[in-house]
Amino acid sequence: MTHWIIAPVVLPAMLAPFIVLAARYHIGIQRVFSLAGVVALIAIAASLFVTVSDGTILLYQLGDWAAPFGIVLVGDRLSVLMVLLTAVLALFVLLYAIGSGWDDRGWHFHALFQFQLMGIMGAFLTGDLFNLFVFFEVMLIASYGLMIHAGGNDRLRAGVQYVLYNLLASTLFLFALGSLYAETGTLNMADLAVRADMIGADATVGIRVAAVLLLLVFAVKAALVPLHFWLPSSYAEAPGPVAALFAIMTKVGAYAMIRVYTLIFPPDLETTAGLYDVWLLPAALLTVALGMIGVLAAKKLDRLVAFAVIGSMGMVMVAISLMTPEGIAAALYYIVHSTLAGAALFLIVDLVKSNRASLNLTALPPVAGAALTSALFFAAAIAMTGLPPLSGFLGKLLILDAARDHTMNVTIWAVILCSSLIAIVGFSRAGSVVFWKAKGVTMDEQAEPTSSANPLAYVAVGGLLALLVAHSVLGGYAQSFMTATAAQLFEPEPYISIVLETEGKLSTPDASEDH
Amino acid sequence: MEVLVASAVGILTAAGMYLVMRLRTFPVIMGISLLTYAVNVFLFASGRLTIGSAPILRDGVDVYADPVPQALVLTAIVISFGMTAVVVMISLGAYLGTNNDSVDDPTETDQEGEA
Repeated sequence: MTHWIIAPVVLPAMLAPFIVLAARYHIGIQRVFSLAGVVALIAIAASLFVTVSDGTILLYQLGDWAAPFGIVLVGDRLSVLMVLLTAVLALFVLLYAIGSGWDDRGWHFHALFQFQLMGIMGAFLTGDLFNLFVFFEVMLIASYGLMIHAGGNDRLRAGVQYVLYNLLASTLFLFALGSLYAETGTLNMADLAVRADMIGADATVGIRVAAVLLLLVFAVKAALVPLHFWLPSSYAEAPGPVAALFAIMTKVGAYAMIRVYTLIFPPDLETTAGLYDVWLLPAALLTVALGMIGVLAAKKLDRLVAFAVIGSMGMVMVAISLMTPEGIAAALYYIVHSTLAGAALFLIVDLVKSNRASLNLTALPPVAGAALTSALFFAAAIAMTGLPPLSGFLGKLLILDAARDHTMNVTIWAVILCSSLIAIVGFSRAGSVVFWKAKGVTMDEQAEPTSSANPLAYVAVGGLLALLVAHSVLGGYAQSFMTATAAQLFEPEPYISIVLETEGKLSTPDASEDH
Repeated sequence: MEVLVASAVGILTAAGMYLVMRLRTFPVIMGISLLTYAVNVFLFASGRLTIGSAPILRDGVDVYADPVPQALVLTAIVISFGMTAVVVMISLGAYLGTNNDSVDDPTETDQEGEA
């Protein structure tokens, strides 16, 4: 049993209190430790990634208690891929936060950042549904602090909405877990997979309710229409680097959906038939349409990016709801792309904001450093809308290709292609108003723009865009890894047998004779 | 007993949902508290309702209370307590800053007034 798999959870969990207790008044020390922690996380995640890329499934039994009684962490291709993505994203977001000085505008940015990473990593690695709930809460409570970092009335107000919506979602999650436990008597995912299959056709009412409730919870996290209302204000009002980190939070919902609905309620399970094609697919298509129309309708640049994120989550959900290995592989490719592209866009919005009077889409005098910022915006917008040559194009192509054999293929293609066109129009309008029309406005002499952006901030955005380029250039390798991941997800037997058959403390009867 | 517990969960949930839809921070927080009470009772009941039965393996006992939901409820109570404290603080901050305690997005006129 390797202990490395718990390191992505333990490392930030140790660093965060250390930063609060020992380095509270020294922003320099906080920055050094936070950066060192994230770099170490990337190293750990990369080595785990190499280990699992041949199909190995890593298991960690907490306290050496065997599943289903003990809690287990499981690292397969999907989990470790998401962990690596989070760690890499965190590095660039952290660089930006340091470069732009955001971390110094309020208290405890780095500690909350580490707690947030701990929650996200734990949610990706855990093999137990109740533990997933706990890690969701860790992630959320850190995100509440980050969301209102640096204060301000608008931000607090958006924060209230965000917190209340998520509290409701957590309550719903508990209801779902309660009904699952009442039906099956377990909350370990592998054990649930075995037991959900054993439920007879005449007693499926409870398990159906539980499956739908769980789907609703993950749909809230993933901002699926009509449960997306929390996202636009909170992402738009959150500090730039925090919104960029939140780009991975919607993906936690998508990850949980992929995990639960391939492992516990696989597509061929009679009980939950119709959940994907009757309910999830139309909602996902609606999300794509609404997100992209929102891009066109937005009056402010930050809202525009928030709606672009909703639209891209819709794309991911369309691919997931196909529930075929090709669909899941395409969804995973698109998840990586949309996390990086969304984060880059939020950071660019923050760059614009730091130099501009407001983010309203009206012509204002040109800003310092506009040439570089507009080039970055141009590249990120190409990626987000899915124009060639960047990975958004490849991702959409994969999703369209995966939908080829689906009965609703005409609808899916039409919605995706039309909404992409709308998004392109929306982004070009925003870009030209913000960056080009500025040239036509006479400069007010008093309001000489002062550039506060640090080279490090540009490095962070450039790094994210470079990753997008790498994701497109090495698209073949990425795609073959995603296909292998999807194949592993649709063959859950090794996962189940490793989790349930690995022995732990007191597993052998003679050791527990004298109870 | 089942009817009593089930109707308690139902009434608490209904009252909680009603309060949440008032869209003012105080009723909404009250509503969320009621909802967490409801879900805690619900989690308890998910391990089947028994009276006076042993939670730990013992000789000569046939009926056991399921200990897992009790552990789950404890975790859920702690988490919801912390979360409620956080949301009270944040909404107090928002209320004192804007002198407005509505939960939904500010309307156009509100925004112009602030700007």
